[in-house]
Amino acid sequence: MRTVAVGVKLSLVDQTKIVTAASELARNTLVYGGGGEVEVTRVHNDRRAGIRIVFADQGPGIVDLDLALTDGYTTGGGLGLGLSGARRLVDEFDIDTEPGKGTTITIVKWCR
Amino acid sequence: MERVPVLKIGDILLVSIQIDMEDQVALQLQEDLAERIVATGVHGVIIDISALDIVDSFVGRTLAAIASVSRVLDAETVVVGMRPAVAITLVELGLSLPGIRTALNVELGIAMLGSRETVDVLGDEGETDPAVLTRE
Repeated sequence: MRTVAVGVKLSLVDQTKIVTAASELARNTLVYGGGGEVEVTRVHNDRRAGIRIVFADQGPGIVDLDLALTDGYTTGGGLGLGLSGARRLVDEFDIDTEPGKGTTITIVKWCR
Repeated sequence: MERVPVLKIGDILLVSIQIDMEDQVALQLQEDLAERIVATGVHGVIIDISALDIVDSFVGRTLAAIASVSRVLDAETVVVGMRPAVAITLVELGLSLPGIRTALNVELGIAMLGSRETVDVLGDEGETDPAVLTRE
């Protein structure tokens, strides 16, 4: 992950942000999703390169997404900063979740 | 599992985290430090995180817990050596580590713990003065 982040020439601060966000989301995948898959890809648009990371689990899903994205809200005894904090650290943040089916979170960080 | 060594120097326990801070490592460190504080009776703990290239909310929370536990055991904790990118990321994550004292490096951390003791001594003297006045 760090290697890809360095490969697309993210700044040191942006590398730190994306790896930290990934750490938060990977923990969620494990703790709440019961484990899952993580996929790291280099991405390009017409102007910039970036890194995309997808976290997918077949866990219980998120019932109230707005609540889950609120700072300080947690059902797992943590600080409640994982989802909301990770969203602030990346450029694009997308959640696809369905109760009973699982959760897929996609994050992207672009080179500046 | 790898373990973070805890070194005693005078009245301070020094911890320099040089390995990946996995969850279990962080929790073990918290336990080790609490035990060493009680066993040695030190009044200061310095945690050097200059080798950590990320601090996520779990590690941040563990550092805060270590500081709280230390305080209950009469030892002050100073976290030193945080990298600039880590500081920026922590704040954006929403974790400003309230209750944790920080210094730029180990040397300044030791100075900070030293000055705390001086202030305490002055504070004690400050409390004696009014008593003396009362007696007069």
